Amino acid sequence: MTRVVGTSRPKVDAHAKVTGQTLFADDLFLPRMLHCKILRATHPHARILSIDASRAMSLPGVKAVITGKDVPIRFGILPVSQDEEALCVEKVRFVGDPVVAVAAVEEEIAEAALDLIDVVYEPLRPVGSIEAALGIEQDGHGHGGHVLDAAAPRRPIHDYGDGVRLAAVAGGDGAGGDGVRLAAVAGGDGADGDGAGSGHPDIHKLIALEFGDVEAGFAEADGVREDVFFYQGSTHLPMEQHAALAQATPDGKLTVWTSSQTPHYVHRALARVLEMPPARIRVFATPNGGGFGGKSDPFSHEIVVAKLALLTGRPVKICLTRQEVFYCHRGRHPVLMWVKTGYRKDGGITGMHFRSWLDGGAYGSYGVASAYYTGALQTVTYHVPRYKFEGVRVFTNKPPCGPKRGHGTPQPRYALEVQLDKIAEELGLDPAEMRLRHLVPANSTTANWLRVGSMGLGECIRKVVEASGWKARFRKLPHGKGIGLACSSYLTGAGLPIYWNAMPHSGVIVKLDRGGGVAVLCGSVDIGQGSDSVLAYVVAEVLGIDPFDIRVHTGDTDLTPIDLGSYSSRVTLMTGKAALQAAERAREIVATSAAKKLEAPVERIVFAEGRVFDAQDPDRGLAFDEAVRLAEAENGTIACTGSYTPPRGAGRYRGAGVGPSPAYSYSAAVAEVEVDTETGIVTVPKVWIAHDVGKAINPLIAIGQVEGSVYMGLGEALMEEMDYRENRNVVHRQPSMLEYKSPTTHEMCDIETFLIEDPDPNGPFGAKECGQGPLLPIPPAVANAVYDAVGVRVDEVPLSPSRVLKALKSGEKRYGPERVPAMAWPEPIRVPTPWEGGNGEALPEGVGWGERGEKEAPLGGGAREAAAVPKRGRRPR
Amino acid sequence: MAEPLLQIDPRREDEKILLTLRVNGEDLPVAFATHETLLEVLREDLRLTGTKHGCELGECGTCTVLMDGRPVLSCLALALEAAGHEVTTVEGLAEGSRLHPLQEAFAELGAAQCGYCTPGILLAAKALLDSEPSPSRERIVAALAGNLCRCTGYLKIYEAVELAAERMRGVAA
Repeated sequence: MTRVVGTSRPKVDAHAKVTGQTLFADDLFLPRMLHCKILRATHPHARILSIDASRAMSLPGVKAVITGKDVPIRFGILPVSQDEEALCVEKVRFVGDPVVAVAAVEEEIAEAALDLIDVVYEPLRPVGSIEAALGIEQDGHGHGGHVLDAAAPRRPIHDYGDGVRLAAVAGGDGAGGDGVRLAAVAGGDGADGDGAGSGHPDIHKLIALEFGDVEAGFAEADGVREDVFFYQGSTHLPMEQHAALAQATPDGKLTVWTSSQTPHYVHRALARVLEMPPARIRVFATPNGGGFGGKSDPFSHEIVVAKLALLTGRPVKICLTRQEVFYCHRGRHPVLMWVKTGYRKDGGITGMHFRSWLDGGAYGSYGVASAYYTGALQTVTYHVPRYKFEGVRVFTNKPPCGPKRGHGTPQPRYALEVQLDKIAEELGLDPAEMRLRHLVPANSTTANWLRVGSMGLGECIRKVVEASGWKARFRKLPHGKGIGLACSSYLTGAGLPIYWNAMPHSGVIVKLDRGGGVAVLCGSVDIGQGSDSVLAYVVAEVLGIDPFDIRVHTGDTDLTPIDLGSYSSRVTLMTGKAALQAAERAREIVATSAAKKLEAPVERIVFAEGRVFDAQDPDRGLAFDEAVRLAEAENGTIACTGSYTPPRGAGRYRGAGVGPSPAYSYSAAVAEVEVDTETGIVTVPKVWIAHDVGKAINPLIAIGQVEGSVYMGLGEALMEEMDYRENRNVVHRQPSMLEYKSPTTHEMCDIETFLIEDPDPNGPFGAKECGQGPLLPIPPAVANAVYDAVGVRVDEVPLSPSRVLKALKSGEKRYGPERVPAMAWPEPIRVPTPWEGGNGEALPEGVGWGERGEKEAPLGGGAREAAAVPKRGRRPR
Repeated sequence: MAEPLLQIDPRREDEKILLTLRVNGEDLPVAFATHETLLEVLREDLRLTGTKHGCELGECGTCTVLMDGRPVLSCLALALEAAGHEVTTVEGLAEGSRLHPLQEAFAELGAAQCGYCTPGILLAAKALLDSEPSPSRERIVAALAGNLCRCTGYLKIYEAVELAAERMRGVAA
């Protein structure tokens, strides 16, 4: 029985937010503060020949100008992708790449100074699409293929990545342990006409994994479908523009306030680039005015203001313009997908082969993880006995993509859920019934070795089917109106940290004051999702006090123990578990002292309603503050720590690090649509959504997260699009909030939300995530509803009016990509599934499914007859 | 809008002028260059940072303040234009420590998540309720259509406006 957890109540920071008292990064002003502006690249891909800032330096009011030479050390969020420069050193890689920074006494002077800086570029051939990055310059499908500035020299965008390693393999100089697998690719598709053996140097990451023999799965199937999908990129569009303020003090210390979701990673990047001991740097993450993943990378501007503060001895602030926020991006990757699924007559899946092509933009960012995520979670909803995933992320000369709400999973989820709708249609099955028959069981391990704990998807489906009147309406509504269903799952926190270490992912200190005050310290960052409140609720629950009696201090790398940040939906579970441990330790100290005073056994001591009392005689007790004083007199200062490290994942193969999580949330949604066949405009009057949250720590906040996810999913489904003028130097078409269409009140649908509570043993009080997962089913539910309404398939997101119209006018009653790039994939890492007696490890390199019996110990009862080695080769067009 | 109080010589546009602006019921003397926007003067000169900005191009509604009770985008208004008018920002909504019913309802119903668009939306909602004490859902949708919010999906905002309206009518009755 809980008193705080599970009740709806205002967030602990709600009153500060509604009075305008919350101080966001740009609301900070320090004495003698300078303002910073950044000059950004005007070419998508070019060498920097010279920079002359002398005229800017002599402008009155300008205090410092820096270029890449002042901050040359590369950084990046992932250890494997340290490819960014705070200011570009030798070349620029997208329109908007930072080149020169100015600090001046006024923002306007800094801005004027930018006009006085002369940068001479040598343009290089820009790469504007997946196809172009792969050296396929044929006409693509809306998102690729144009020959860009063909006269300019073609150079690789980066000097690292799997493409560069491939070229080295083809050139004969070997490339580490991947040599054999990669050589297959290097030899497979040949050069792109730009020099012998150059391969595809703009390939950032290539992945090939196979769990069980997928071809054998297809051989067992009653039917096999192949579909191609494209999911357009979109951006986070947080209302708050990124801002940062830095102050250097004469004792050699540096403080940076920044609107970041990940102060710990900013801390590390600052230390690296500035070559300062981390102990001298303090990073405050200010409350984020919306994040959604867009403030999860260490950014150029954070390093730049720190460097300028160190150089000038004065505080330096920057607030990005909205246009610059579009350039920072790190949003949803555009992903082209091919999925081949074998199925039985009852809709059960016999095997799935999934391929994804990610347009990564100009830098690595989280992209290696994003690429793995496009293949990771296909297996946690419906049973997939054999599964193969191949993925490639390419560099292009566009703003870098990264993690946006759902990180790498909404795209494959869209493909999977729309394809299942098509399979149900082929089989004449109700898509809801079909899904219900084949759910992954709770407490099981998937083909790719993800451990599923609690699993409430069945209940989610039943809830939205009932609430939406599904059975009476599906395929029964008049032409133009339709209803569609889709499901999804998401992580509750990544199982592994971003850089390898054995330390906790989250730490909390609970400090009790003799006045009865309780301070909770944690490195997490409230980005609007309510993470500060969750900390207060958990501690208040354990100590039996009101959450408003707790002060929560977060996001300060000096005072608060590390939390890795507000990403991967990890905060409620991980900080919640750490807070629970810290609070229980504090409670134990107070309870022990109180028990002596009350002459009762410690097991009988209860903390509730601001009192500490004997359960058998509730009148015998102490006020909470009195109990704290007793305990402090006995023990000294009371400050307890708690920490949390996720359980180890089950997979032992290379690539097993992406996908494992302490718990998976589940969602099911039904969308109702109206399609105007004259204009192609899709409107969505209502969405029913059920979300398996494990346990809602605060149902009000949880429902708010679900509604916000539906909203953002609706934007992606209908209108949001990062679109570029590929044939005009890859310039962003609409770096403004007016032209980047996002849903206003007029486009927003009504939502009926159901929280399904199936407590997960790994979550604090059973809680799982709710901030990202509920976005995922919306785009496929809308697409499936459009089919129900007008009988056309739109296999491309967003379902903008032009796409819907094209589908309505097409002979095939479909709009979407028709082919995928021909390319040879590397030999997959082959991992036997749990039901084939696997142990999570990969077969030795070069060992096929049919050969492994000779080299491996005999396998369990699930082992099949030996099957042929799968053909490695090109995708047929 | 009334006639400008001053005729500005374009050759002197970078020079600061001293004016008294009436903001949240107080007369505040402030010196600013005539090209400065009301948003800039409120935030940077008067340090009323409760007013936020999302684009500074009039696209997002975040910087909404009231001028004589009507919502204006402070990023598109010159501070000069506010002279002689009553400006209300989010700091002026509460009476002393007593929150405005809209603020209470927004906190209570979870209508503010990150809270960044909240000041602008509160003021747009106040303008609506001051002129229409019992707005329909459609009227609320229309009144807030110029204010983007990326967190909430707007639904909790509608509910909070409706709750505040109900409470304000109760007080007025």
